[in-house]
Amino acid sequence: MLDARIPEGPLELKWTQFKATCLLINPANRRKHKVIVVGTGLAGASCAASLSELGFHVEVFTFHDSARRAHSVAAQGGINAAKNYKNDGDSIWRMFYDTVKGGDFRSREANIYRMAECSMALIDQAVAQGVPFAREYSGYLSNRSFGGVQVSRTFYARGQTGQQLLQGAYQSLMRQQKIGSVVLHTRHEMMDLVVYDNKARGIISRNLDTGEIKSHSADAVVLATGGYGKIYYLSTLAMNCNASAIWRAHKKGAYFAAPSWTQFHPTSLPQMGDYQSKLTLMSESLRNDGRIWVPKKAGDDRKPNDIPENDRDYYLERKYPSFGNLAPRDISSRAAIEQINAGHGAGPLKNAVYLDFKESIDREGKQVIEKRYGNLFNMYEKITGINAYQEPMLISPAAHFSMGGLWVDYGLMSNLKGLFVLGEANFADHGANRLGANSLLQACVDGYFISHYTIMDYLAGNGLSKTDEKGLKEQFDKDTIRVKERLQKLLSIQGDKTPETFHKELGRILYSKCGLLRNAHALQMAREELKNLQQEFHQRLLVAGEAHSINFELEKAARVEDYLQLAPLIVEDALQREESCGAHFREEFQTKEGEALRNDNDFGYVSVWESTEKGEFILHKEHLDFNYVTVSERSYK
Amino acid sequence: MKLTLHIWRQKNAGSKGNFKTYPLEGLDPNMSVPEMLDHLNEILIRKGEDPVAFESDCREGICGQCGFVINGHIQSPEKSATTCQTHLRSFNNDDELYIEPFRAKSFPVKKDLCIDRTAFDRIIGAGGYIGVNTGQAPEANSILIGHDTAEEAFDAAACIGCGACVATCKNASAALFTGAKIAHLAMLPQGKLEAKARARAMVEQMDAEGFGACTFTRACEVVCPQSVSVANIVKMNKEFLWG
Ligand SMILES: Cc1cc2nc3c(=O)[nH]c(=O)nc-3n(C[C@H](O)[C@H](O)[C@H](O)COP(=O)(O)OP(=O)(O)OC[C@H]3O[C@@H](n4cnc5c(N)ncnc54)[C@H](O)[C@@H]3O)c2cc1C
Ligand code: FES
Repeated sequence: MLDARIPEGPLELKWTQFKATCLLINPANRRKHKVIVVGTGLAGASCAASLSELGFHVEVFTFHDSARRAHSVAAQGGINAAKNYKNDGDSIWRMFYDTVKGGDFRSREANIYRMAECSMALIDQAVAQGVPFAREYSGYLSNRSFGGVQVSRTFYARGQTGQQLLQGAYQSLMRQQKIGSVVLHTRHEMMDLVVYDNKARGIISRNLDTGEIKSHSADAVVLATGGYGKIYYLSTLAMNCNASAIWRAHKKGAYFAAPSWTQFHPTSLPQMGDYQSKLTLMSESLRNDGRIWVPKKAGDDRKPNDIPENDRDYYLERKYPSFGNLAPRDISSRAAIEQINAGHGAGPLKNAVYLDFKESIDREGKQVIEKRYGNLFNMYEKITGINAYQEPMLISPAAHFSMGGLWVDYGLMSNLKGLFVLGEANFADHGANRLGANSLLQACVDGYFISHYTIMDYLAGNGLSKTDEKGLKEQFDKDTIRVKERLQKLLSIQGDKTPETFHKELGRILYSKCGLLRNAHALQMAREELKNLQQEFHQRLLVAGEAHSINFELEKAARVEDYLQLAPLIVEDALQREESCGAHFREEFQTKEGEALRNDNDFGYVSVWESTEKGEFILHKEHLDFNYVTVSERSYK
Repeated sequence: MKLTLHIWRQKNAGSKGNFKTYPLEGLDPNMSVPEMLDHLNEILIRKGEDPVAFESDCREGICGQCGFVINGHIQSPEKSATTCQTHLRSFNNDDELYIEPFRAKSFPVKKDLCIDRTAFDRIIGAGGYIGVNTGQAPEANSILIGHDTAEEAFDAAACIGCGACVATCKNASAALFTGAKIAHLAMLPQGKLEAKARARAMVEQMDAEGFGACTFTRACEVVCPQSVSVANIVKMNKEFLWG
């Protein structure tokens, strides 16, 4: 039975109640407890620094060469907080409600309320660290508004909010390292989780410079390893983002929730060719002044500027008159893919839609638009070589954010005791669709304000002193050997296809059959194709080099192997959920107008998966009770 | 598109490296430089040769992970761009490209194009922070910061830690990197209290890492992908000497 361990009491007092009653450890005794933190993004760095400040012994791992390079660095738009600085009616309650609704009623009320509650202190914390958020001329903090809400609660630092927040967390982490209470292992990849006595007790790491495989024990393990959207190969994620840490933990017994809920960002740059390795995000803010359209006639080959008004279909404005070009992410992305699939796609590969600024330039002047979006137009030109002041941008939906992740309870602990999962790596607050600017917040809140309480609570009461040390050591030895054997096996296949080739193929299968639009038939086909691809991987994989030095190909091979195991679970999850909700759109389940058709009676739960040794998937359900909001249909018409 | 690549190959930190030549055909002008290397590596691997070791992660110019020297240009022949933001349309058909790692004593080469930039982390660790623990912060709007100060602080804080400034400097100085952090934090009221001690500790660490002295040639500012200004070096000197 899954127990989310939500504290009793009214919603607005649950977290207060938890903090007031959780177990504490005396400052002098904290040093005796060691916690391993994997990941130095916003979630990991903030958690490690906060634990270290309290006096815990912390060891941190990241595959990056510096903690500052975690992919949180790439977040552009901003971070939400219910400060109500605009006096526009914002409150914890409203932010809570927007997030529950935005997630299409597929997340836990208590968690979301807590995130909104902690959002204010997070802005205070970031400012105190020196994060240079945008300011008014009066010196007060400035806000802007983001998709899916009616208030302005987004704080931002130009188009580099993630970078600036991450520097705050990174600097706090480096400060702790200098003091000596954090041991930081850069260029170390977690290869496996060590579980003993049904408790997480450490990890096996690979030193990516020397190839050394080593075990590290601890009283608790924190995974803050980010999202796995890169499983689609082409995505807005960094090249090295992966699912390996959480997938390995899953194979050791940690449940995986809602694996198929991936957000596709509507305003990414389209794929231009087969060589392409990633898709760059263009800020969503462009939709404030750009109009989205496609040619009315399928296959229209004219240049965009040669297509007259009458031959254009401004499909978002047509279908969602009240939100128009600012319809939420899932809806905008879906509408775009429908146009592309119906042959209306634009660009050389017919895989994009137009984002057109002509009207706003005519109305407000080029200078105004330049001031607003100059850096984005430059970036667009840098990447595509196209001047967007003269012709419309080409944009397309791209895999972006994983709402799914390891299942955690209210204390961010997995069903495996002592395993805490933070940030994008967990399934917690975003339900079936994440609202813009909420995930930087979630990563920060998890790490700065929640995990140290809940980890301390666990450490104080876990009874590890009774552990059979000999058995534990044997477990470490066994897992270390297994990791070595696994890598040798990957190296020894010596086939003819590189990890990259497999990853690209995997991406193609997932995009076409388990992407924005899904149906049972396509998903069943994907299941078969994935089975074959997995088989082929073990027969034809070609990994260059050897295991005892820098070998990026070996790193990729291991990550792709994990992706290939996760993909069937993603498909299974999408197949099992016979409804449409948020980012999960099953074509069989739509309203007459083509909108998502949720089925609260039969699917008002989170799908939580267990994998058996034999690779079978077992479904557990966490039923969602909504005691404070009324579950309704999400309408943006 | 056709290019001839001369790439620095070096087995490990201890060995001597040299350029090796790889003619490449069938390139697309829209490929980025790392994508071109991906393409080359696929070919090398199929031929049973060791692929070129190079690092990149975000491939959109923000993580600071990539960065090579291309025909003597640090990061990129383009202005304010990283290597990953450089596309083949910046070159001409049949061009020869010499690609090598950043060169600096404090950035030892690990393999091929991969260098060790951990010296930067140690400089930050020495004092590149505001000493605030989680939970201590006052209400955010109780610290007023003028619009222009916030913007200026941002300009300094925009550094991506790529090391281009060091690589281009004839003295291999880290003054721009260090100065940018010192200036970013000293400019803000929250960071003023520790400004002098911070500047001392960071400059001492910078020297201890073996970076050279700054002779103010301003070469760093030119190659910085984020256009971080040398005015930050002046601020650093001020904090360090008179703070
Ligand atoms: C282009 C882009 C723009 C975005 N814009 C916004 C925005 O404007 N607002 C917003 O709220 N959100 C945004 N997001 C989402 C948000 O940035 C992320 O959800 C969030 O930063 C994730 O933080 P994290 O700490 O969980 O993970 P990450 O920052 O991804 O960190 C993961 C860490 O784990 C480490 N790691 C992973 N696996 C291993 C392993 N096996 N061994 C060792 N270390 C490992 C990595 O080295 C890294 O340090 C954006 C995302 C992208 C991709
Ligand atoms: S790969 Fe991130 S800056 Fe180039």
